[in-house]
Amino acid sequence: MRDGQVFQQHLKLRKFRGSVFGLIFLASTMVGTLVLIVLIVDVLRDSLGWLDWQFLTSYPSRKPEEAGLLSALFGTLWVMVFTALFSFPIGIGTAIYLEEYAPDNRLKRLIQTNINNLAGVPSIVYGLLGLSLFVQALALGRSILAGALTLTLMSLPVIIIAAQEAIRSVPGTHRLGAFALGASKWQVVRNIVLPSSFPGIFTGTILAMSRAIGEAAPMIAIAALVYLTFIPISPLDRFTVLPIQIFNWVSRPQADFQHLAAAGIIVLLVVLLSMNAIAIILRNRYQKRTEE
Amino acid sequence: MENLTECLAVRNLELWYGTFQSLRGISLGILHNRITAIIGPSGCGKSSLLRCFNRMNDLIPGSRVQGEVIFHGRNVYDAGVDPAEVRYRIGMVFQKPNPFPKSVFENVAFGPRVNGITDNLEEVVEQALHRAALWGEVKDRLHKSAMELSGGQQQRLCIARALALEPEVILMDEPCSALDPMATLKIEDLMKSLAAEYTIVIVTHNMQQAGRVSDMAAFMMMEEDRAGVLVEYGPTPQLFTKPRDKRTDDYITGRFG
Repeated sequence: MRDGQVFQQHLKLRKFRGSVFGLIFLASTMVGTLVLIVLIVDVLRDSLGWLDWQFLTSYPSRKPEEAGLLSALFGTLWVMVFTALFSFPIGIGTAIYLEEYAPDNRLKRLIQTNINNLAGVPSIVYGLLGLSLFVQALALGRSILAGALTLTLMSLPVIIIAAQEAIRSVPGTHRLGAFALGASKWQVVRNIVLPSSFPGIFTGTILAMSRAIGEAAPMIAIAALVYLTFIPISPLDRFTVLPIQIFNWVSRPQADFQHLAAAGIIVLLVVLLSMNAIAIILRNRYQKRTEE
Repeated sequence: MENLTECLAVRNLELWYGTFQSLRGISLGILHNRITAIIGPSGCGKSSLLRCFNRMNDLIPGSRVQGEVIFHGRNVYDAGVDPAEVRYRIGMVFQKPNPFPKSVFENVAFGPRVNGITDNLEEVVEQALHRAALWGEVKDRLHKSAMELSGGQQQRLCIARALALEPEVILMDEPCSALDPMATLKIEDLMKSLAAEYTIVIVTHNMQQAGRVSDMAAFMMMEEDRAGVLVEYGPTPQLFTKPRDKRTDDYITGRFG
């Protein structure tokens, strides 16, 4: 017989160690969660009394009590729609090409490395690129189109990488099964690969998009810090977006503008959260349908 | 045996994956409406040979084929032959059941659909499921996910999926290796009943299975640094009881492998 006492003592020590680590991990989780809660509570308190219908339906103004973010809200919606329109098909197309069509050679690896690196480029760099390429060289001006194209460039690497991962997670045996039934490459992609990977692609795209529309830096480079007192009606119109408007208010010394900024942040958060919610709902619905 | 014709004629087939030669000078004739088993130890090239019949090796980058696989008087590797056409007429069932994450119906309808057959799809699907001895078990859940079926049912669904195209030949790559004995028995019975209408080629490392189901058997082997050699090919009873080659005898009596 072995000495059971040694085992018992050791067992206690092992259990103790396990619970200590559990607490450490709980603490790390709480740091992030608590900071977020404090932040939201603080912003909510600041915005109290300022976030009302008048705020949502008014243009910016020098007088805080009359100011609103109508133009910025519409600008963000415009930019969002166009960014989605451009980045979704290009991103998925690139991912499909790289995963399903491209031969595994030097060129593919070069492209892949570049995409991975581009995902890490600071957003202001995209802003400056967009300024010189879309605003100036292509003479689109400080327009919604220029802004959306810039955000498209910025979010493409993330979308491509997310889509590639989703495509890669489709079991190879499904592809083989379809090929063995005489399916062509496109039929395999269209009927087997895309339906299975769509939820993942969709989630990745929405996350990239929400990051993009929350960006102030590249948008300031493109749209500049302006007070717009009209709603853009064409993609070539000048525009402003929520982060710019918020940034603008935050940088003013008067306390009232700080309250406006807080109210603006709440609006931006609501836009982002509803986007994510839509993504989740659509994804779940799609998932259910493919499983049936 | 009376008046048997060759359905597939393999002539001097050689296969490379990159610089590795996987098949060497294989020649054999697969007979019409018979079950042919390809047996041999792991890595001997039996699955590679099977995948040559419907050009599935084409999908592996760096693979290269020499020699001929004659099907209806034409080499399937001829320049003018589209692999999709070959696979349309020569179906395949894989080692692990691989139903698509779609409904039972959509799984069976997939082959006809991608090949442009959309008339009477419901009838085609029902018939294929009948032939695969699966209809009774799934007729009330045609539009439920195929992933909910048991492993054996999934494999019969994969057989039904292949049958829906009404192929002439069905290739089976160790179709029972992921199944329990009961499910295996069902698949074997199914194979025997299908042999009346189809030519079946099965790769198996289960000697008893080869003995139970096959009419013809091919024994393949790898030798030191030489994979993909066809040692002996003949009627199954003869190969199992009076093998001409000593290596076959050693293998089937369990002296190696």
